Amino acid sequence: MSKSFSSSIRVRKNIRLTLTYIVLAIISVIWLIPFVYIIAQSLSVDTANFSVFFPDEWTFDNYILLFTDQSKPFWRWWLNTFIIAGCTCIIQTLITLATSYAFSRLRFKSRKFIMKTFLIIGMFPSFLTMIINYFLLDILGLSSSIFGLVLIYCASSAMGYYIAKGFFDTIPKSLDEAAMIDGANKNTIFFKIILPLSKPIVVYTVLMAFTGPWGDFMMASYIAQGDVQLMNVAVGLQNLALVGEITKYFSRFCAGGVVTSIPIMILFFWLQRYYVEGVTGGAVKG
Amino acid sequence: MTQIELMSKPKFERFFLRIGIFFSSLPLKLSLFFRNFPFFLKKVGSKLIKPFEVLNDAFINGDWKTRLSFLFCGFGQIFNKQVVYGIINFLFEVCFIVYMCLVGVPWISKFGTLGIPTDEIGNACDVYINDITGTEFYDCHGNTNDSRFIILYSLITIFFMICMLYVWYSSIRKAKLLQDYNVIGKKETDKDVTKTFVSRNYDKTLLAVPLTGVIVFTVLPLVFMILIAFTNYSSEFNGSKLVFNWVGLQNFANMAGLGAGYETFLPTMLKILVWTLIWAFFATFTNYFLGMIVALLINQKAVKLKKLWRTVLITTIAVPQFVSLLLINKMIQDNGIINNLLQQWGIISSPIRFLSDAMIARVMVIVVNMWVGIPYTMLICTGILLNIPEDLYESARIDGASPLKMYMKITLPYMLFVTTPYLIQQFVGNINNFNVIYLLTQGGPLTQTYAAGAGQTDLLITWLYKLTMTNASKDYAMSSVIGIIVFCVVAFISLIFYSKSKSVKNEEEFQ
Repeated sequence: MSKSFSSSIRVRKNIRLTLTYIVLAIISVIWLIPFVYIIAQSLSVDTANFSVFFPDEWTFDNYILLFTDQSKPFWRWWLNTFIIAGCTCIIQTLITLATSYAFSRLRFKSRKFIMKTFLIIGMFPSFLTMIINYFLLDILGLSSSIFGLVLIYCASSAMGYYIAKGFFDTIPKSLDEAAMIDGANKNTIFFKIILPLSKPIVVYTVLMAFTGPWGDFMMASYIAQGDVQLMNVAVGLQNLALVGEITKYFSRFCAGGVVTSIPIMILFFWLQRYYVEGVTGGAVKG
Repeated sequence: MTQIELMSKPKFERFFLRIGIFFSSLPLKLSLFFRNFPFFLKKVGSKLIKPFEVLNDAFINGDWKTRLSFLFCGFGQIFNKQVVYGIINFLFEVCFIVYMCLVGVPWISKFGTLGIPTDEIGNACDVYINDITGTEFYDCHGNTNDSRFIILYSLITIFFMICMLYVWYSSIRKAKLLQDYNVIGKKETDKDVTKTFVSRNYDKTLLAVPLTGVIVFTVLPLVFMILIAFTNYSSEFNGSKLVFNWVGLQNFANMAGLGAGYETFLPTMLKILVWTLIWAFFATFTNYFLGMIVALLINQKAVKLKKLWRTVLITTIAVPQFVSLLLINKMIQDNGIINNLLQQWGIISSPIRFLSDAMIARVMVIVVNMWVGIPYTMLICTGILLNIPEDLYESARIDGASPLKMYMKITLPYMLFVTTPYLIQQFVGNINNFNVIYLLTQGGPLTQTYAAGAGQTDLLITWLYKLTMTNASKDYAMSSVIGIIVFCVVAFISLIFYSKSKSVKNEEEFQ
């Protein structure tokens, strides 16, 4: 009796697990189709045959052209974007974490007011502000430099404090108090106690800060003003995908997309073990 | 009726009773509001008066050092052992005066008229009147006034003045404080002040840079944009499009359909607004719940190859959005690969009009948005889900709770607690979601009934983009008006949610 009961539980568990795997497999296929399509197209000899999945003839020429064609200097765009993304990543992570920590852990007079204000100004459509941001960069003498872009990306990053603050809110306050009794000041608590415990959210912030600049088109096209040396990947590739050009460059556009995704994927692979780790598990119980 | 009596009624009855109670308590609430209003005014008033009281006190009871601080910021500090901070304050004042003389006053004096069109030598230009639209325009070659910069520099000057006022006020207050300290024999040196920046004033250390960034690159441009809504800034001024004027509420009247040539704006705006809200609702909640479910599926203890599943989803984040969206756009064209394959397999006889049929296009953008957004949600949820204290589940399991029950009573409340602000932000982000809509459908399919080039999947934000970027008359003023409307809608909705949200009310529940 008890044996059949436990085996029926096991059967049910197995069914659930199989179902999970089936669902996950279907999801994976759906999510991979466009990715496989982009790789297949990037290896196509025919530069613009959207309507077949796998090309008839295969070639690596698109990748070679990507790095040798001087009129469309893809490596330059790639390098620009990489520098921008690297700088943005560091500065933005620091700003976001500092802001979230201040809102989550410190109690000061204008805290609620600033939080509400951030919420409210975050609701204005952001690209109306782009023209003026361009003028501001012009005044600062950064309007035709990729560091102007870094400044713009970082400047408003404090407004994305929500997720990290939510995370800090769940870290037990008893940790702070214990450290305070041991004579740590607030700076030490932040860097030595809270940050090491918050790896998943730090990694998440780093990832988002790094991936953002790779896809940004609007502000980057303002800065570039058509100068191919100043373009980032998005603006450059968009240049290849203009209405008149797309039939000539479509497979190279796909190749560019593939190359662009490589650094981000490496970063994700490398950081994956951090952002899935639990946090409070080992810290303070109860 | 007490709370207990209410709880004992059946569910639906409770619902109606609650509504009844709400309306029956309205008169009382209103009368309370009016009774408390004077006290509220008094509270606000006393807050406003407080700075003046401080200044008054500092002037009457202050010694010569404190009084000198009224003229020269930081003198009270310099003579009371806070030399460095005093000098910084003083230098700020010097900078301010120099700035005002050289830059501030010349620009802000033009703020009232936004500049008169002049040529390079300074002669005023010829004024013409456009016969059709009735607007004035100017003809002068190489004009030197640029209204945009007049507004910008005026704003910077005003911001700078506010900063100066604050520095001035706080330096006087500090001087008086140090004077009082001297009386009771307490000392506060530069070193002591510096030390407070890692303890009592740590918030100032952390927030100095972030706040400056937000004020300069977000608040300032926003004020600029709001001001633009009250001007006639558009490319109609072909002669000198860089000089424009204040027009008061004319643009808002145009938006309401009162201006000539703008009759169709109001119905178009309302239709787009409704679609924007529908889109934002579905885009946010489909992503949130499906993303969480995917994260839960992968997080199960028994599931193997966790890394692989996550990586597959993350490849979509790695490919830049505009690449993958353009690709999907090509895939779902009438002669695209999906229609081709479906026809080859004989499932459909004529191509599905993914992008040219309004209804299908609308469903399509929501579906594609799921494809774009679920990996992000999965990523966020994974970290937070693993953070839920394991003992909560353990005790639930011992009590014999089913998985569904555990999800409803532990996982979901915890997730909602942590992510409500994120959800609100997502909702706002979707109302302003430019990428998915524009790159996928360009707002199409187009229709004759909509004004100014708007299409049936256009959100307010993409319509606004069309008005300023792709339309011939780059109508910045009207798009600012739309921007303000978007803001009002979004602010109204999200402030309601925000004030109801548990994670905002009791942030410390899980600490």
